[in-house]
Amino acid sequence: MELKDKLISSFFAFEENVDVNSDIHNIRSAAMKNFESLGFPSKKEEDWKYTSLNSVLKEDYSIFPKKEDAIDYKDVKKYFIHDIDTYTVVFIDGIYSSHLSNTTHDKIDVCLMSSALTKDKYKPIIDNYFNKIAPATSLNSLNTAFSKEGAFINIPKNTLADKPIQILNFSTGNESALMLQPRNLVIVGENSHVQIIERHQSLTENSVFTNSVTEIYAEKRAMVDYYKIQNDHSSASLIDSTYVDQKGESNCSVHTFSFGGKITRNNLQFFQNGERIDSTMKGVTIIEDKQHVDHNTLVHHIEPNCESHQDYKGIFDDKAVGVFNGKVLVEKEAQKTNAFQSNNNILISDKATINSKPQLEIFADDVKCSHGCTIGQLDEDALFYMKSRGIPAKEARALLMYAFANNVLESVKIPELQKRINKLIANKLNVNLGFDL
Amino acid sequence: MNKFTEDDLKKELETKEYEYGFYTDIESDTFPVGLNEDIVRAISKKKEEPEWMTEWRLEAFRVWEQMEEPEWANVNYEKPNFQNISYYSAPNKKPKYDSIDDVDPELLDTFKRLGISLDEQKKLAGVAVDVVMDSVSVTTTFKKTLAEKGIIFCSISEAIKEHPELVKKHLGTVVPQKDNFYAALNSAVFSDGSFCYIPKGVKCPMELSTYFRINQAGTGQFERTLVVADEGSYVSYLEGCTAPSRDENQLHAAVVELIALDDAEIKYSTVQNWFPGGKDGKGGVFNFVTKRGLCEKNAKISWTQVETGSAVTWKYPSCVLKGDNSIGEFYSIAVTNNYQQADTGTKMIHLGKNTRSTIISKGISAGKSQNSYRGLVQINNRAENARNFSQCDSLLMGNKCGAHTFPYIEVKNKSAKVEHEATTSKIGEDQIFYCNQRGIDTEKAIALIVNGFSKEVLNKLPMEFAVEAQKLLEISLEGSVG
Repeated sequence: MELKDKLISSFFAFEENVDVNSDIHNIRSAAMKNFESLGFPSKKEEDWKYTSLNSVLKEDYSIFPKKEDAIDYKDVKKYFIHDIDTYTVVFIDGIYSSHLSNTTHDKIDVCLMSSALTKDKYKPIIDNYFNKIAPATSLNSLNTAFSKEGAFINIPKNTLADKPIQILNFSTGNESALMLQPRNLVIVGENSHVQIIERHQSLTENSVFTNSVTEIYAEKRAMVDYYKIQNDHSSASLIDSTYVDQKGESNCSVHTFSFGGKITRNNLQFFQNGERIDSTMKGVTIIEDKQHVDHNTLVHHIEPNCESHQDYKGIFDDKAVGVFNGKVLVEKEAQKTNAFQSNNNILISDKATINSKPQLEIFADDVKCSHGCTIGQLDEDALFYMKSRGIPAKEARALLMYAFANNVLESVKIPELQKRINKLIANKLNVNLGFDL
Repeated sequence: MNKFTEDDLKKELETKEYEYGFYTDIESDTFPVGLNEDIVRAISKKKEEPEWMTEWRLEAFRVWEQMEEPEWANVNYEKPNFQNISYYSAPNKKPKYDSIDDVDPELLDTFKRLGISLDEQKKLAGVAVDVVMDSVSVTTTFKKTLAEKGIIFCSISEAIKEHPELVKKHLGTVVPQKDNFYAALNSAVFSDGSFCYIPKGVKCPMELSTYFRINQAGTGQFERTLVVADEGSYVSYLEGCTAPSRDENQLHAAVVELIALDDAEIKYSTVQNWFPGGKDGKGGVFNFVTKRGLCEKNAKISWTQVETGSAVTWKYPSCVLKGDNSIGEFYSIAVTNNYQQADTGTKMIHLGKNTRSTIISKGISAGKSQNSYRGLVQINNRAENARNFSQCDSLLMGNKCGAHTFPYIEVKNKSAKVEHEATTSKIGEDQIFYCNQRGIDTEKAIALIVNGFSKEVLNKLPMEFAVEAQKLLEISLEGSVG
């Protein structure tokens, strides 16, 4: 059976386990209808020109995993940022794991989407925010139709989240192939601040297909730092869609570190609904083998005096394929916009491919918008210089790659996370530089 | 530059050809509207084409029937009804006006400002011209010079008859019949166009130009151009006209194919200033052009274009860099005003080793117009050491227009170096203030700044075009400020 048909029939089974009289149910059914008519995206669509899901869709995925699996903390400790105190929300095969998590309702809500969707006290919030900014693309609709579980983070007005929040999605591989559809909602009130780290990790080599949707709302003067670590097995594919709605004077940044996975597609969109907003999106991609990472970004400048910064770096080895499709859209009301976009790539192998499409659509005249895109190699002279001073070739190359990715790395605001990412890169490049960069 | 006066132009007119005997005497009147195989056959018959050419056209027509009109471009227009067009009409030999006094004074004023000589003004406006110059002798000298060098420069219909082996060998090799919707249409029904062949090692002594035969009505709509530069040769080809051309055909679908064999160089410059539609956005020409060049080893193709006219422009002059060490260049200025829409850019396909390409695109949008750059740089995996530099700058005037950039970059070789830069901005108030302060009024100041902005491209145009193009920019943007 085709995955699409399987999902459609699974939806009936899904309906039996949820309250069909709630408002959410209407949203879900409408979304399912939309998915039914759209189907999975194909390469014929402009947004999917360079990324084909065919190899992912042909697996026979289980849609509903069996009950919660116990995992020992010691087995998965390495995937946590464990050297600092954090709130954690952990899902195993899409099901909340209470013994690994550390949630709270004290001042701030760090809890579960399932309770937010069903409990009456959250109803006004859900009515206001749930599924309001995620565009009704086929994959988003599919996620909405099956939306049930995920992280729910609600930071009220004038509150500082006292520690970072980690969202971890583990898959155990108890099913031969599993499809997961986490749905996260993050609301950050006026003058509030939060830092979030998100990671998807499979624990075995069994196929996993994750279709994740995250909606982030930053109210006036809110500050949100969101970090995504994508370092999964080569059998795991991820479609990670993140939508950020910003109000006046808020400041939001999303960092994406992609080092693994089979096919990773990041849809990241910022909507600036207010003045003097700052939006930042940065990413480092280092992949090899047949890995495929696709960054599809949009910054929608709707009101005047806002800024946006995009900085994506990519290093591609073997037969890896990198895609960057960044779009800056400036409406005619959005005068005095400053929008910058840069995409730099290094190809290490002759079989690696990079497809880049930095796009500007501008309707306002008093703006400063620029984009730059480069594709090149490591500087031979610099390599020679280092080799002549006794630094082995491998290390010399790694040093240059660090330098290349550095302005993204150094804007990570959690030092422990920065260290962790440095380590991941060192592992990835198979070097030990003997010092922390 | 300003010294280029009417006298100079007149002199040039005398030294160069303006009526280069491109007329094929056609007796029949207009064909009935609509398009089917019979019409295609009839066109071919009318042009006394050999059997293979008729078949070639039919093949294109059959493909075209299966195709759909593309919709991906960033333009909006009411689609032409292809069954509502007459695909063949005899050139109108009767002059439109009897005397220059009958011509729209606004048009004459524009001519004057562009520095076009009186005789030529008449020609362009379609006024009956008393032949002042001895055109016969000019034609002879001109033809003689080219013939001595072995250069063939004639209409494509003539070439099909006189040089079938050359046409057969090259036609459709760069832009195949089924390349795209408009190219297929053109292949099926093309009425006429130019053919140019430069033999081995020959440097064409003059700029080949279609400029002076603008009065060739009826060939413009589905024009087909084929330029073949044999090994080691050089040619500079000029197309179009800076003067506003009041063409009645709404739809233009031309195809241009350039072939530069080993060590050859082709420089192709275009100035396009067709009727852009009224200030309210009504009317205007739809310009859907397919232009592509093929570079063999060490060859070079350079496209330069100044696009100021047409209501809708859809045009991507491209280079296929097949041979090692070949070079592709694209320099473009696209100006849109009022309700004009332009979706233009280039494709650079790097196949050979050490291939290089440069793209400089300047877009200027004013009024309520939309101006898009759409380009593709593709480095294939065998294209070692390929190099590309692209720069796309947009200038916006007023907040009712839009500027868009859609660059596609696809790289499959690690030794490639690709750089792409794009900026969008408006004319700085301090720049205008600086000019005002020195007694230059705002309108002039804008012209000055726009000229500076486009300088990199204007410099690439042949001299006589550059001067006019500069003035053309000024006129196109008139009244867009304030």
